Amino acid sequence: MVNEASGESVELMISARGLTKTFGEVEAVRGIDVDVRRAEAFGFLGPNGAGKSSTMRMIAAVSPPTGGTLEIFGLDPTAHGAGIRARLGVCPQQDSLDTELNVFDNLYIYGRYFGIPRADVKARAHELLEFVQLTDKADSRIDSLSGGMKRRLTIARSLINSPDLLLLDEPTTGLDPQARHVVWDRLFRLKQQGVTLVLTTHYMDEAEQLCDRLVVMDKGRIVAEGSPLALIAEHSTREVAELRFGVGEHEGTAARVSDLGERVEVLPDRLLVYAEDGEEVVTKVHERGLSPVATLVRRSTLEDVFLRLTGRTLVD
Amino acid sequence: MRELPLLEGTVRQLDYWWTLYLRTWRGGVVSSFLTPLFYVVAIGVLLGGFIEGDPAQLNGASSYLLFVVPGLVASQTMNTAIGEVTYPVMGLIKWHRGYYAMLATPLAPIHLVAGTLMFTLFRVASTTAVFLLVLAPFGLFATWWGAVLTFLVQLLLGMAFATVIFAFSARVRTDEAYGVLFRLVVFPLFLFSGAFFPIDNLGPVLSWAARLTPLWHGVDLSRMLMVNVIDWRLALVHVAVLTVLMAAGWFLSVRALTERLAQ
Ligand SMILES: Nc1ncnc2c1ncn2[C@@H]1O[C@H](COP(=O)(O)OP(=O)(O)OP(=O)(O)O)[C@@H](O)[C@H]1O
Ligand SMILES: [Mg+2]
Repeated sequence: MVNEASGESVELMISARGLTKTFGEVEAVRGIDVDVRRAEAFGFLGPNGAGKSSTMRMIAAVSPPTGGTLEIFGLDPTAHGAGIRARLGVCPQQDSLDTELNVFDNLYIYGRYFGIPRADVKARAHELLEFVQLTDKADSRIDSLSGGMKRRLTIARSLINSPDLLLLDEPTTGLDPQARHVVWDRLFRLKQQGVTLVLTTHYMDEAEQLCDRLVVMDKGRIVAEGSPLALIAEHSTREVAELRFGVGEHEGTAARVSDLGERVEVLPDRLLVYAEDGEEVVTKVHERGLSPVATLVRRSTLEDVFLRLTGRTLVD
Repeated sequence: MRELPLLEGTVRQLDYWWTLYLRTWRGGVVSSFLTPLFYVVAIGVLLGGFIEGDPAQLNGASSYLLFVVPGLVASQTMNTAIGEVTYPVMGLIKWHRGYYAMLATPLAPIHLVAGTLMFTLFRVASTTAVFLLVLAPFGLFATWWGAVLTFLVQLLLGMAFATVIFAFSARVRTDEAYGVLFRLVVFPLFLFSGAFFPIDNLGPVLSWAARLTPLWHGVDLSRMLMVNVIDWRLALVHVAVLTVLMAAGWFLSVRALTERLAQ
């Protein structure tokens, strides 16, 4: 593949065209085009059921595509599954740690599945436990780990074969904020080491923190693509004024503020007025004799992009 | 075409199964070794003491103890093999999902079947070896080569059961199915496949039904070899039946697990 702008060769880790996946009647993925380049951090952002995991499993070469084309490392996953998987690290949405083995053994036996020599796996497992800060838990039972520790262990396990491409399906879902930041920090370090990251999330802050580029998925389709900043610039305003009125007043009030911003969204519990200057919106709202119970001015996020594109919020 | 050779993919799981064995073998010692020994003492020695043995009626065995021990050996083989491919396999599929972890690596379903069966074979071999060694001082083997062949027969019998029941495990959705399996299949096989009495005692119809069960082939073959009254043609039939079962079970298992783990 040749980059037309610079003329230099760009290696595509993932390339999908018109990719689909159906389960019986359910169309989980409905024709998506995706390119992921080496050393990039790429995200699939979308709500529950968007088709993120179905896409990830196809990329992980464990789920054959229903239609379209898919190449991982330039190879067809249906013909070269084992060769592709040998170079992948996979952190699945649902933990698959072996509860009958301790923390260290979970890493050790997993490395052996890749055919890595015993001594090398042992050394690597110790290194990775250090990396995810679980060294003192090496002999612990899986059941005794917190959710965040299990996630970190799963990430460590996915790194045992020093993968060229790391797939993370909702790496921090279900973790408390503290635990999420620890995971983000580790992923950020991997990114700096040049590991290509592909992750799914329905947290817009996670996507903003970690992804160079992302696609917004909804109902099996890609509805937008770009860097977090570009997406916000393209689909939203610089700032948002959030106005909270009494229960049931939001619909009626929307018309009276609609000219104050480029756009107004009505949510069950608040109005969102999209404008370049949010403080100005709030001032004018008060000038019109309206008295919201609470106001908040903030910058636009990917959440707003999603709302704009689909009319729905990401996390329900 | 398979990218990773079957043997290579199976060998890569040795560490998993060995680590698991080291962590769990203690729990299995009682059931896999003491239980059959209790049966030998209670039924073979103590109950058998009341039974007047006419060798013609006991498939050639000169005492009830000699008659019943091969049946107990074969039954233990069945139980050990089935034990390894029921709850543990369901755990690998849906409880701790270990098979899914393996599938994310270069391994494919066929390797997982082979790895699990390899471990089952090891379990059958080790429990049988211990059992036979414990029995040896009681003078229960007519010939040394009969003992060796009995051992090999257990491997075949164990694999015949393991492959077929593995396919069952890969198909069923909940472990309630095992309750049915153990009550309606395994336990009746244990009681009525010629381990405790000659199947001719069942009458003409039921004795033929018993001849169709895999355990009977294993029991009868083990008994021939241990008491050294061998009908070579029948022995060959036994081996052929068990081999066919094992081969069919292997294909069914690979297909069932591949379908079950399809994502
Ligand atoms: N193995 C399967 N069998 C049947 N339907 C499936 C299967 N896997 C996914 N689906 C369906 O496909 C659709 C997309 O699911 P998928 O898990 O890919 O979404 P997701 O974006 O990962 O959602 P979540 O945020 O909940 O993880 C859903 O409607 C789901 O019910
Ligand atoms: Mg998902």
